[in-house]
Amino acid sequence: MSGRRWEALLWLGPSLALIGGVVFYPAVALVRASLGRYSITGLYQGSVGAENYARLLEQPALPTVLANTAVWVTAVVSITVVISLALAQLLNQDFPGRALVRWALIVPWAASLIMTSTLFVWIYDYYFGALNQLLMSLHVLTRPVDWLAEDTTVMGAMIAVGIFVSLPFTTYVLLAGLAGIPGEVYEAARVDGASTWATYRLVTLPLLQPALLVAVVLNVIYVFNSFPIVWTLNDRNPGFGHDTMITYMYKIAFKSALRDVGLAAALGVVNVALILVAVVAYLRTVRWDDDAAAAGSA
Amino acid sequence: MLAAAGFALACGVLSPYAVMLLTALKPDAELRTTPPRVLPVAWHPGNFLDVLGDPAFADWLRVSLVVATASTAIVVLAAAPAAYYTARHRFPGRTAFLFVVLVTQMFSPTALVVGLYREFFELDLINTYAALILTNAAFNLAFAIWILRAFFASIPREIEEAAAVDGCGRLGVLMRVILPLSLPGLVTAVIFAFIAAWNEYIVALTLMTAPERKPLTVGITSYVTAYVQHWNHLFAASVLAIVPVVVLFALIERQLVGGLTAGSVK
Repeated sequence: MSGRRWEALLWLGPSLALIGGVVFYPAVALVRASLGRYSITGLYQGSVGAENYARLLEQPALPTVLANTAVWVTAVVSITVVISLALAQLLNQDFPGRALVRWALIVPWAASLIMTSTLFVWIYDYYFGALNQLLMSLHVLTRPVDWLAEDTTVMGAMIAVGIFVSLPFTTYVLLAGLAGIPGEVYEAARVDGASTWATYRLVTLPLLQPALLVAVVLNVIYVFNSFPIVWTLNDRNPGFGHDTMITYMYKIAFKSALRDVGLAAALGVVNVALILVAVVAYLRTVRWDDDAAAAGSA
Repeated sequence: MLAAAGFALACGVLSPYAVMLLTALKPDAELRTTPPRVLPVAWHPGNFLDVLGDPAFADWLRVSLVVATASTAIVVLAAAPAAYYTARHRFPGRTAFLFVVLVTQMFSPTALVVGLYREFFELDLINTYAALILTNAAFNLAFAIWILRAFFASIPREIEEAAAVDGCGRLGVLMRVILPLSLPGLVTAVIFAFIAAWNEYIVALTLMTAPERKPLTVGITSYVTAYVQHWNHLFAASVLAIVPVVVLFALIERQLVGGLTAGSVK
């Protein structure tokens, strides 16, 4: 038995070393940093207990940042899923040029998020951006809007980009779910005389539920973790008025005058804990087991 | 009707990237016209040559290629034996191992970036290829394990047994029999790991502060700062970075969902 165990360790060793060294160890370093004090140059100056967590709660920006995060995640995920349901339904039909449309949908997924984000900074530009030009030529706007500088429009502008880049993955997951629904079910619904909408609501949606849950939970994790969009589109605005918990953490650690490693690490630990909750929720919803995983994807 | 809806969808998705391409083809003078024009008046494909001839761009491209290639090689070398062993053997700790792999897939390095910075700062590895390569490899490992495992599991054991009878060792069986038969899975894993590393931003932004050590994702943002606004060069560089990965991504389109959901959605 123990020979078997050593053998397993040999085959899994490289993977375990990578995960241990670059995922597990940084998590430990993060927790340790959250309990310590650091000089402005990043040198460790001893333990302070839970002081960083107490200071985190006193940060005046925290309520805004928490609210922004809730709005960001909820809006992006819910709108993405609704639009993707429609897109998946469309792409599940056979029509000339479908392969090309699927191919087009891949572009925002494959393109680097930071490059797509800077592209939207340009599209949203007050003077020279394509969006103001388009909306004014359609007479939706009478004068240009400074989308990324007005407090009322920044979050909406960021959410729109968040949805845009989340659509491909979500649509593909739902398409995979639709492909798994056997054709006889629709046959039976047609024989029973169900309308198209009734068939969708009573047959398709319930059978699509497992894929839908996967899409929702994975998107919650991805969107919560998302950095480049908020980082880039909110770049010109001072303070933390439009930051999420991820960009707020990054600014505390590396950008703002604070450069406060301990405080940022405390927020990092909170972020990691929230993601862990989502991961557990994910594993419960899919009732993940390793044999099914092996059989599934090939 | 459906084709029209599909066409509208494709146009909607591609229109921002059309703005990117058309801006990349504008001369400097046309970036700031009011009202803005969609099409360039004087088409200026020379922007692409300017970018390709920029020594800074050459640095960023080299860093991106080195990091993506090396981290992809590490992903395959680490994932293949793990995927093979877990596909073929039951052993104590197997479920725990796969569970840990799944958790690493859910954690993008973003949430851990402060911890990653602390680790590499203490090891004095800031601004080194090693730090960026290892981080990319670790976080792209899970996808490769799921994909390879599914392909390995679908190969009949009899083929392996025949190879073993012919005198192949266990590693020989993996290298000469299993991997060639799983070539589509291997290609998928390689392309995915390469693109993920190619597109990675936050770890590179944090760890690679020296100008000649920045990859494309971080480097090209210096075309547009508070002081200079070369949007045409920024987008020419972006187009050069995006087109190859879109083509590669399209090749593995059908495997992506299975790998990203650990097989829970086929």
